[in-house]
Amino acid sequence: MEIDPFIFRLSIFILSIFIGYFVVWSVTPSLHTPLMSVTNAISSVIIVGAIIASFSSIDGNSISFSNILGFIAVTLAAINIFGGFLVTQRMLQMYKKKEKKNK
Amino acid sequence: MSANLSSVLFLITGILFILALRGLSSPETSRMGNFFGITGMILAIVISILSVDIFFSNLIYFIIALSIGGIIGGIIAFKIPMTAMPQLVAGFHSLVGLAAVLVAVSAYYSPDSFGLGIFQNIKTASIIEMGLGVSIGAITFTGSIIAFMKLQGLMSGSPITFPGQHYLNAVLGILIISLICYLIINQSTQIFWMLIIASLLIGFLIIIPIGGADMPVVISMLNSYSGWAAAGIGFTLENTALIITGALVGSSGAILSYIMCKGMNRSFLNVILGGFGTDSTSSNIKEKTEQKPVKSGNAEDAAFLMKNASSVIIVTGYGMAVAQAQHALREMVDKLKKIDVKVSYAIHPVAGRMPGHMNVLLAEANVPYDEVFELDDINNDFANTDVAYVIGANDVTNPVAKTDPKSPIYGMPVLDVEKCKSVLFVKRSMSPGYAGVDNELFYRDNTLMLFADAKKMTEDIVKHLD
Repeated sequence: MEIDPFIFRLSIFILSIFIGYFVVWSVTPSLHTPLMSVTNAISSVIIVGAIIASFSSIDGNSISFSNILGFIAVTLAAINIFGGFLVTQRMLQMYKKKEKKNK
Repeated sequence: MSANLSSVLFLITGILFILALRGLSSPETSRMGNFFGITGMILAIVISILSVDIFFSNLIYFIIALSIGGIIGGIIAFKIPMTAMPQLVAGFHSLVGLAAVLVAVSAYYSPDSFGLGIFQNIKTASIIEMGLGVSIGAITFTGSIIAFMKLQGLMSGSPITFPGQHYLNAVLGILIISLICYLIINQSTQIFWMLIIASLLIGFLIIIPIGGADMPVVISMLNSYSGWAAAGIGFTLENTALIITGALVGSSGAILSYIMCKGMNRSFLNVILGGFGTDSTSSNIKEKTEQKPVKSGNAEDAAFLMKNASSVIIVTGYGMAVAQAQHALREMVDKLKKIDVKVSYAIHPVAGRMPGHMNVLLAEANVPYDEVFELDDINNDFANTDVAYVIGANDVTNPVAKTDPKSPIYGMPVLDVEKCKSVLFVKRSMSPGYAGVDNELFYRDNTLMLFADAKKMTEDIVKHLD
């Protein structure tokens, strides 16, 4: 009997939850805010769905309802991607070790 | 691009995202981690563009949409003050939620482009996944908007409750599940939109009864939801990168919620059902506020105490963020270090309005991260410390949590501030903290209350340290 591809995706999903579990427990508590902003940025990978929606076509060239939703979703995801990664970068740059001598 | 090749590349995207989170295990590796994350995202976007049939008119709109989003995102990222980080994250979550809803609606109306069948005759598995994705996305969207408004002060931070609230939520919850099941037999547009509306409504209803200081739990929970929504859409689109990312984000948010709940010694359900310190506890306060002597002092006394101390621990809380006192605090610590006072910072897990909020603010003020300690690492040190400087924190220092089983905060892990030789408590008034419990610490012999704005007081102390 052939295995439904859904089962493969489910396996990936469940194993990823476990990876997430162990990786996130190893995150130092002082970086929990950057963790939230970076997870927020990567969840915007939903942009791949928005891209398909932006280019979906029923009858060639005319712009459909689905395309418009796609463009809006691309905009929202882009705000998140740029905003999320840049603000994370900004925060991480602030974390410094003790300096040996004061300025 | 062939489907197999793009699947493998999406898997690589997923791995890059795992490395991005892994990098956060220490500040040194974190910047590299963020770089992995950015690379993964660029890869994902490029693969998706190469996998669809591009036609020119839509490409232009796509580029415009991407640029507008990118510019807005970039401006926000550079302009936002660090104290506004909780509401920024809440706002960003709402965008992920809404994007998930839009993608699902688009897939519902043109399933053929997504390879899911034809309109109103979508594969059963896909319609279930789509229903789940759209529902969680909608809940994330409205829930995050309420969280954003509460954090930004556009809406009262106090819990909003009304009779029958939990029943209404339960009914809506059952309705949502029934609608998803019903979609399997009848994929009509009415059912689909009813599902979206019910989900939007419940997102709004579950966040309004949750109060301001419980926001760390709420933000983490919404973070988790945005992940599950992404995973739901990932199943619909049969996209590995989305499934992996959704699972990572989902479990990350769930772990953070758990850590936050543990920091308050409350069950997740208790936080979600809302209303802390609303009814039973308010009577408690009245009994306790009989006139008890409090010692209060000024900046000069505080400066004198700290100058003559050999070690000082600074306990920060949300009040420090509100007063923007982190820079003044750092200045004070610099002065103290010059006269050889050992200074460290103590942070309670639920201090502030989101996980790690205080750490970011201290980092912004150039406090080295190896001087900042978590509750478990520093709690034993209070007994050997001369002065504790409590700035903007309250409930997390209340010894009642250890002694009075009747108190609503009993059992909550607290910082053992009272064990210090003397405690300096900066506060504007005697009012109780969020939990509505009087802080016993105020009346201790070794406590000196400094009634002032946190920033103003710290600046005054700096002057007196010269």
